[in-house]
Amino acid sequence: MNETITGPILTTDGIPLKVSLQKSEKRNKIRAFLLVVPLLAFILVTFLIPIGDMLLRSVDDSYINTVFPKTFKEYEKWDRQGLPSEELYKTMFFEVKESEGYAIGKASTRMNYAKSGWKSLLKKSKRKFKKIEEGPYKEQMIAIDKKWADMEYWKAIGVMVDATTAGYYLNAVDLKYNVDKDVVWQKENRRIYNQTWVKTFKVSILVMFFCLMLGYPISYLLSTLPLKYSNLLMICVLLPFWTSLLVRTVAWMVMLQQKGVFNNLLVMSHIISDENRFALMYNETATIIVMTQILLPFMVLPLYSVMKTISPNYMRAALNLGASPLHAFWKVYMPNSIPGISAGCMLVFILAIGYYITPELVGGKDGQMIGNWIAYHLKTTLNWGLCAALGAILLGVLTVLYWVYNKLVGIENIKLG
Amino acid sequence: MTTSESFVKFDKVDKSYDGEVLVVKDLNLDIPKGEFLTMLGPSGSGKTTTLMMLAGFETPTGGEIYLDGEAINKIPPNKRGIGMVFQNYALFPHMTVNENLAFPLEVRKLNKSDIQDKVKKALGMVELGEFGNRMPLQLSGGQQQRVALARALVFEPRLVLMDEPLGALDKKLREQMQYEIKHIHENIGITVVYVTHDQSEALTMSNRIAVFNDGKIQQISSPDILYEKPENAFVANFIGENNQLKGKVKSINGKNCIVTTDKGDEITSLKINVNAVGDSSTVSLRPERVEINASEGNFENSFEAKVKELIYLGDHIRTRVEVCGNDQFIVKVPNSYKGANLKEGTSVKLSWKASDSRALDLG
Repeated sequence: MNETITGPILTTDGIPLKVSLQKSEKRNKIRAFLLVVPLLAFILVTFLIPIGDMLLRSVDDSYINTVFPKTFKEYEKWDRQGLPSEELYKTMFFEVKESEGYAIGKASTRMNYAKSGWKSLLKKSKRKFKKIEEGPYKEQMIAIDKKWADMEYWKAIGVMVDATTAGYYLNAVDLKYNVDKDVVWQKENRRIYNQTWVKTFKVSILVMFFCLMLGYPISYLLSTLPLKYSNLLMICVLLPFWTSLLVRTVAWMVMLQQKGVFNNLLVMSHIISDENRFALMYNETATIIVMTQILLPFMVLPLYSVMKTISPNYMRAALNLGASPLHAFWKVYMPNSIPGISAGCMLVFILAIGYYITPELVGGKDGQMIGNWIAYHLKTTLNWGLCAALGAILLGVLTVLYWVYNKLVGIENIKLG
Repeated sequence: MTTSESFVKFDKVDKSYDGEVLVVKDLNLDIPKGEFLTMLGPSGSGKTTTLMMLAGFETPTGGEIYLDGEAINKIPPNKRGIGMVFQNYALFPHMTVNENLAFPLEVRKLNKSDIQDKVKKALGMVELGEFGNRMPLQLSGGQQQRVALARALVFEPRLVLMDEPLGALDKKLREQMQYEIKHIHENIGITVVYVTHDQSEALTMSNRIAVFNDGKIQQISSPDILYEKPENAFVANFIGENNQLKGKVKSINGKNCIVTTDKGDEITSLKINVNAVGDSSTVSLRPERVEINASEGNFENSFEAKVKELIYLGDHIRTRVEVCGNDQFIVKVPNSYKGANLKEGTSVKLSWKASDSRALDLG
């Protein structure tokens, strides 16, 4: 046994062991890959590509370059000291006149973000330019609308010359570019996002906290009861989970509104007077109450599955060694349930931070979250760039949280089942 | 163990979980100080429930348990000062070995240096001095077992309970640990109540063994008496290997009686657990107390038997024969010149003394 091995280990037929192993494992690897191909393709199409598209869209500013390519080229010659030259007016004139009405409409929406007034200016110009047959164009354009003589409008084009922009991200945190491409605050009355961000985090953290406070004891009970009772109780926990989200939300409206069941009961039992009914609906309180109820199962399930694996002997051993029940719980049971707490909190927080339908229905003006603004811009203003930026920030925040969590607790401490 | 005063006392203890079935029935048990008592029995016999009641995790439905003269039914488990080694050890997985051992000392608010000393001493006792900073899951099963033992002893409890502590170990390690636990018990003289379903474990370690079945103690005595002089068919069958011959009592003559089998064979036995002529009885007989083709000696019982099967086991040959209508009768034949001549299908003569066959209840 004193023989020292030099070089790679060989199999009996002289092939290096590693090569031989790779060969024999190849079939298994191919099979494993084939098993995941459908899901991989599905995720690629429905998840990775849309997310990539969203990230691109949040910085994309290229469309307007395709509508006014010549104008933008000519624009670079302008010294920004006085009104632009006749040449710039001329290229602008022809590109407005010859472009499709649809393209002008879309481009003007974008230009309106940079300087409001562009949309109406282009709409009017597109209509009136038809009558202008020959140059010089500068005076004729100014005659149609005096805005063509306003330096501010010409300067605003400078913000859009690049094919990419950080403008949507600035908008998402109540900042914007002014016409000189300096970053400035939005006007006081148009600052809405920062306070919504704060509210979104506050609501998510509170919902997570309440879910944990309500879910921990019930999970503990579930995990210690004999199977026939725990199954029944589990069904009670999951039953709301199986009912439609809308039905549940509407039920809460009936419960919580000013003349609803809850307030009526309090008035009837003379705890509060008729004039002092609690405002529990269409505000932040309603959002928190209803979201807590809806997200509770996402806390209970991971907690329960982790607690079930904690042997009752740990608590017994701690008691036996002389610890009071409270001490035993805090020092022995709780640390062992951390994987469940982590998983439940992460799950609830992630779901809560992007929540949309519940705040929409019960939140009123006060209880709106960032998801509601995304939906608003997606459906009403069609400012998809801003939607993408808001979404990307959400994604970024969650990624950072995940990273911090991994540093603090360790991701291997998450256990969903 | 001649201490007359009992350290642990079960006084008419009953336990029922569902109000319909008693898992422990009218249990009376006295354990003197310093004794190693094993509760042995099949699963569901009530032995673990008894232990849990003593530890305080289950409340007796009736009766009272005394520890050192004090009624403890109403004392919560954390105030009883009883150490316990659990099945699968129940070491806290998020604490190091040192922290596990320090836990009972910290809750007792000992000062830091005392804790360190005691933890070190306890780890030394189980020969794990080097492993203090490991996590329990980094240890082998045997090492975890020792840590659990050290943790149960580190706070110097009055009494240590062990609930099948060796069940998860392989055979060799289990035997080694049996001796270690026995030696620790002898060295520090602590009272131990041990629960197991493994009879060889019980025989190896205990001062006394209480055999449980059906919620009752069937017999409680020292290992040798339990093996040599079982008082009923259950104990005879549960402890060690045992041949059973069923029949009816034909006559009683002082301390002996004659039992007739269905085939009419008459066996002279000790009268242990039969009362009157005509009672059904199981005659119990250890395989090593039967002679084959004995040429000399004074045997009250002698029968013709047919060899059915021979199983070679090295030092002895396990021989299955048919005798008195029982074809599962086992005889251990030493692997000597005499025993090697046996052949399957041949007839032999079996003999045993009346003092080795015990007429017990029907079982």
